[in-house]
Amino acid sequence: MSKSAAAIERARAEGRTALIGYLPAGFPDVQTTIDAAVALAENGVDLIEIGIPYSDPVMDGAVIQQATVEALQNGFTVRQIFDVVEGITRRTDAAVLVMTYWNPVMRMGVREFAGRLAAAGGAGLITPDLVPDEAAEWMAVSEEFGLDRVFLVAPSSSPERMQSTVDSTRGFVYAVSIMGITGARSSVSSAAREVVAAAHQAGAERACVGLGVSTAEHVREIGAYADGVIVGTALVAALRDGGVPSVAALAKDLSTGTGKG
Amino acid sequence: MTETPQPQAATDGAAEAFLAGGSLRHAQGPYFGAYGGRWMPESLIAALDELEDTFDKAKADPDFLAQVAELNRSYSGRPSLLTEAHRFAEHAGGVRVFLKREDLNHTGSHKINNVLGQALLAKRMGKTRVIAETGAGQHGVASATAAALLGLECVVYMGAEDCRRQALNVARMQLLGAEVIPVTNGSQTLKDAINDALRDWVANVQTTHYLLGTAAGAHPFPAMVRYFHEVIGEEAREQILDLAGRLPDAVCACIGGGSNAIGIFHGFLDDREVALYGFEAGGDGVDTGRHAATITLGRPGVLHGARSYLMQDDDGQTVESHSISAGLDYPGVGPEHAFLADIGRASYEPITDAEAMEAFRLLCRTEGIIPAIESAHALAGTLKVGQRLAAEGGDPREKIIIVNLSGRGDKDVATAAEWFDLLPEDSAEAEIGAEGEQL
Repeated sequence: MSKSAAAIERARAEGRTALIGYLPAGFPDVQTTIDAAVALAENGVDLIEIGIPYSDPVMDGAVIQQATVEALQNGFTVRQIFDVVEGITRRTDAAVLVMTYWNPVMRMGVREFAGRLAAAGGAGLITPDLVPDEAAEWMAVSEEFGLDRVFLVAPSSSPERMQSTVDSTRGFVYAVSIMGITGARSSVSSAAREVVAAAHQAGAERACVGLGVSTAEHVREIGAYADGVIVGTALVAALRDGGVPSVAALAKDLSTGTGKG
Repeated sequence: MTETPQPQAATDGAAEAFLAGGSLRHAQGPYFGAYGGRWMPESLIAALDELEDTFDKAKADPDFLAQVAELNRSYSGRPSLLTEAHRFAEHAGGVRVFLKREDLNHTGSHKINNVLGQALLAKRMGKTRVIAETGAGQHGVASATAAALLGLECVVYMGAEDCRRQALNVARMQLLGAEVIPVTNGSQTLKDAINDALRDWVANVQTTHYLLGTAAGAHPFPAMVRYFHEVIGEEAREQILDLAGRLPDAVCACIGGGSNAIGIFHGFLDDREVALYGFEAGGDGVDTGRHAATITLGRPGVLHGARSYLMQDDDGQTVESHSISAGLDYPGVGPEHAFLADIGRASYEPITDAEAMEAFRLLCRTEGIIPAIESAHALAGTLKVGQRLAAEGGDPREKIIIVNLSGRGDKDVATAAEWFDLLPEDSAEAEIGAEGEQL
């Protein structure tokens, strides 16, 4: 079974909204990424999303851009993503997904990348600039290795595209809450509710909301209609400003919003 | 860098069709052989669909075609001239050389063809705002011009470093009513300006059209930008038949993203006896690592929405390009060029900064025309192709080359003056030039 689906269903069985936390690999270094991810898992995060720093991150806002630029300046290489994933999966039971722009995967070779990710214990990929239309090779390879394919759906997705994306997805659908890029926002757009409803209507068993989510209150609000909540920028800023202890504290606080009771 | 085998990519069968004798003209995308496509965030797919639909309908609408033709005639000044360069040609093996004078268009380059077309499409979509990226500022100035003419709000993203070096082009855009936003992300160059324009587009797609400046990016941009530049090749073909009574042996153009080249190539794509040459920016030399010779040395990958050749490292990270010509300083190339290179219909070669600047000076002194440094790459290539054609034997005067003079060089005077050491040491201009700035 899909590792991400299992993690979300486990949270559901416990009466909680699944909490998904993002950190970029190699920021500020590989060991800190692993330690911070383990801290997430120990403080209520169900799925961990590790981003591969990339030279041209068009879906990312300033905080994540700065973190990934620093990771690259510190010498992060794509092959280290497998060390990060393995380092996390060895120490926790949390599902670990890799978030990556597509060119680094294509450069390594989709099949080689997938094989190494599976061997490291990874759950699958979140692909912000790969739509199912261009994903024929990834669809085949992910089936072969039992990896999850998390595609994005947006407020602008037509009903036809919503359907085809949901049909192509394995694990969960990533519902973009707003027309925009990553970054903490004071409130979460009401569009998120409609995107999740459309995804469910198209048959998605699991739809998780990301972009702009930064507080326990956001988590609670989204948990009322979504299966999971994705927090990125706020965690990256916490790591930047206060290291692993701050990440742990924020995760713990965010997790107070996951109870559905 | 090591070569890794590339997996078999999706292909539209165009290569097979070409080998069987089929036409290459009017390729509609989304794929050009194994290149092109839409490697884009889902959030933007609806906007790309809307644009494709609007473009398809506009092409079939006589009113739209009449609007474009009228703006080309009465605003841009088309058709542009085809000028025989007699004295320059003496240095090209003595073959006949004709210049396609895109430098004479309003705003001084071929860029106006595309911006007028796209700005009209923006109006048809009911969008009130256009955004654009620019390197040296030429596409930004052209976009600001079209926006002013058609009453659209215009925002131009430009690398912070480029803003500093091109302060006068920033002022030009501002005079034309555009807002210029300096980009401080990443390498602060053209590719980062495109990244920030895409981020703006995602957030403002309801009101905003992204007026991409070259024949690259996600479908329908490569086919659409080419469509608006096809007029260059159509005119050139008709003009050479009129002036020389026959087709040329070769057509030469410079390649950054490749919009002027694809525009002039298109007129001759199915004339298989006409050799097509694209000249990339070789910078300090392709063995120095400081260049923008994407097809010569790049490898297939995806950047800014299309699969094409790309300057990238072994990790798939985009590598910074280098060229004396800001307009060619881009680490990607349009997907149709990648396809034409693979099937052998067009040849792509690097031209170094030094070769380009020699050709720049030669055209100034032999023809009284100051070319854009971008176009000087095509001129340097023309010198080589001419000498090769002459070496084939026979009367060189029977051989003909058309070179696309894609832009004028007024913007490049400071760079050239610095290159040729023409500025008095204590002049303000020398100080500016020494910092790599342009006047």
